[in-house]
Amino acid sequence: MTKEERIENIKKLSGTDVRKCMKCGKCSGRCPAFKDMDIKPHQFVTMLGKGKLDELLACKAIWNCLSCMACVERCPRGVAPAAVVEAVRDTVVRMQGNNGIKAEEIPPIVDELIPQQLLVSAYRKYNK
Amino acid sequence: MQRIGVFICWCGSNIAATVDVVKVAEVMKNEPGVVFSANYQYMCSENGQQLIKQAIKEHNLTGIVVGSCSPRMHEATFRKTAEAAGLNPYMVEIANIREHCSWIHKDMDEATEKAIILVRTAIAKVKLNAPLTAGESPVVKRALVIGGGIAGIQAALDIADAGFEVDIVEKNATIGGRMAQLDKTFPTLDCSACILTPKMVDCAQHEKIDILSYSEVEDVKGFVGNFNVKIRRKARYVDETKCTGCKVCMDKCPSKKGLNAFNMNLNTRPAIHIPFAQAIPNVAVIDPEQCIKLKTGKCGICQKFCGVGAIDYEQKDTFIERQYGAIVVATGFKPIALDAFNEYGYADNKDVITSLELERLMNAAGPTNGVLLRPSDGTHPKVITFIQCVGSRDSSGCGKPYCSKICCMYTAKHAMLLREKYPDTEVHVFYIDVRTPGKNYDEFYRRAVEQYGVDYIKGMVGKVYNENGKLMVQGSNLIDNEQITIESDLVVLATAIEPEPSVRKVATLLTASIDTNNFLTESHAKLRPVESPTAGVYLAGVCQGPKDIPETVSQASACAAKVIGLLVKDKLKTNPCVAIPDEMMCNGCSQCANVCAYGAITYVDKEFRLGGGKTEVRRVASVNPAVCQGCGACTVTCPSGAMDLKGFSSKQIMSEVEAICKK
Repeated sequence: MTKEERIENIKKLSGTDVRKCMKCGKCSGRCPAFKDMDIKPHQFVTMLGKGKLDELLACKAIWNCLSCMACVERCPRGVAPAAVVEAVRDTVVRMQGNNGIKAEEIPPIVDELIPQQLLVSAYRKYNK
Repeated sequence: MQRIGVFICWCGSNIAATVDVVKVAEVMKNEPGVVFSANYQYMCSENGQQLIKQAIKEHNLTGIVVGSCSPRMHEATFRKTAEAAGLNPYMVEIANIREHCSWIHKDMDEATEKAIILVRTAIAKVKLNAPLTAGESPVVKRALVIGGGIAGIQAALDIADAGFEVDIVEKNATIGGRMAQLDKTFPTLDCSACILTPKMVDCAQHEKIDILSYSEVEDVKGFVGNFNVKIRRKARYVDETKCTGCKVCMDKCPSKKGLNAFNMNLNTRPAIHIPFAQAIPNVAVIDPEQCIKLKTGKCGICQKFCGVGAIDYEQKDTFIERQYGAIVVATGFKPIALDAFNEYGYADNKDVITSLELERLMNAAGPTNGVLLRPSDGTHPKVITFIQCVGSRDSSGCGKPYCSKICCMYTAKHAMLLREKYPDTEVHVFYIDVRTPGKNYDEFYRRAVEQYGVDYIKGMVGKVYNENGKLMVQGSNLIDNEQITIESDLVVLATAIEPEPSVRKVATLLTASIDTNNFLTESHAKLRPVESPTAGVYLAGVCQGPKDIPETVSQASACAAKVIGLLVKDKLKTNPCVAIPDEMMCNGCSQCANVCAYGAITYVDKEFRLGGGKTEVRRVASVNPAVCQGCGACTVTCPSGAMDLKGFSSKQIMSEVEAICKK
């Protein structure tokens, strides 16, 4: 995959339109893990828009994001910064060739109210 | 035999860049019935029109087709051109080869082919056109203004000053609207009441203005120049002609716990009350939900103390019907409900307030007599944090996708006034963008920053929470790329505004179109900004889109100019393209009358000869051409094909379809 293809792939995986962001910063204003994020939630969206792939892939924030979805919940424009974080995290894991979730590892009973992405991202992080 | 002329317009490069106009004009020369075909750079120009007039005369044309822009733009222009050359104006057809063709195609061959088909279609239709003559209808020289805020007041005053009768229908007990609730107005900081109340008094004293307060429009019939409006005068339980506004009843009323809507429910008022000191009319009203007498039958204290016998517990809603030539809609706005925004803690914390509530808390006639005190404990707030764009520019579904337009300026005003009055307070403003286009507006905002030291923070607030009695405002400071938490005493939300919900009913009654945000739609965003697409209906103020007071007043005066322009006419030309029933085919089923939105169709019993001296009485449709708007709903509804539309007959439409389908 070329750099451009990878950027497009992250956009596709996240399912979010970075152009919808109006740069209000509400996501970062809400983020409970803000101080542990070396790249802030709003920056994930703007940096993806600008194609700053290397910085995104190298950041620590993808492992510190709580996947609490507060940024998604509060965004006034329907942008999902946490989905971008997850897409970058997913990309890093795939690039390592270590896509380590096994179906049997998923507990048989999961709370339906928990966002699916939270579970997926949790497995992704702890399988690293 | 018809002699048709075809005129293809280039519209500069608008059409000519995508459509081969020369080829289209050439092809049309070979069309049956066409005796003249030409192309020109700007057909709507003086020279272009001259070309048409000359051709009509020289070639004895009986009908013309202009291939140009949308008929909405220039149909009227070319009809006048034809009329000036002695041709009936309804012998003109427009083939829209711009909006329907050149603007939406990129490929020239395709566009040219389509343009040829469109012009051919118009030719097929014009061949079946018949000369039509517009009728006339009289104009009732009286205007109705719905809504008595600053927009309605200004429109009414301007119309009345031109010598026409105006009625203002206001659903509340007093006129004045939102502006009456404001403390100061930007950018000059005049006191809102000081500039509004003289206009309210002018309305009350104007011999041409009749204020129908505590009233609502119940039904609208008719059409431009001849609206027939039914108005509900709600029971206020006080005789408007007797009450002197002395307020003794307010002092004596034992039921004093009603929420004071004028003060944004920040304090209470008696069941019988006058909304505010300068109310027009200065007449009390009883809240029936709160009045002990009306609920239980026991009390009657206000009646006992009223010196003029104005209290009437038996009063009922009454209805009046009046005729109007024109209607101005000025129904105004309200701040949105904040239920979907629990991150700001509005429902949980008394000290999180909306900007309109702050207006009341800063107003000398407000619940705190103009001294800023926290609603929770009545102390002076020392740190005040403003949050902008609360619910505005929100496409997530929680708020409104549009910019409410007035918040940047009123927040700067609030921040400035607070720093002026209480220099020991710290004022922060969270903003996404500061939007201050307008005369002296940006200077005003900068004054808040530079002269008054208001702290503007670029970023949005993520949450507001209460910690040990302090309001913690956590948000982004994007310039410094940090997350900050401001310990505040008072939080003010610049809440988005939306059209007053009653506008939906009004729009439905008037068949005036409304957009997805409930704003009334103007006829043309740039060129007809104060007219509704429904003839005779005009729009003023926020009901048409967010705007501040200067813009509202300008728009209201513009509305008045349009209304005056209509009312000075004695007669209006009516559209001759109206429905016409074929009585021999009509089976009297009433379906057309049921679908007619204008009430133009009635049924009559008519005697028909059957031959042999016999007659038969049958029930048949009859169209009032003055009321019919030519929408065509009846023609497609009629099961026996008896209803037809002049200028758009079924025969004409079918010949157009044939022309399109013919290869």
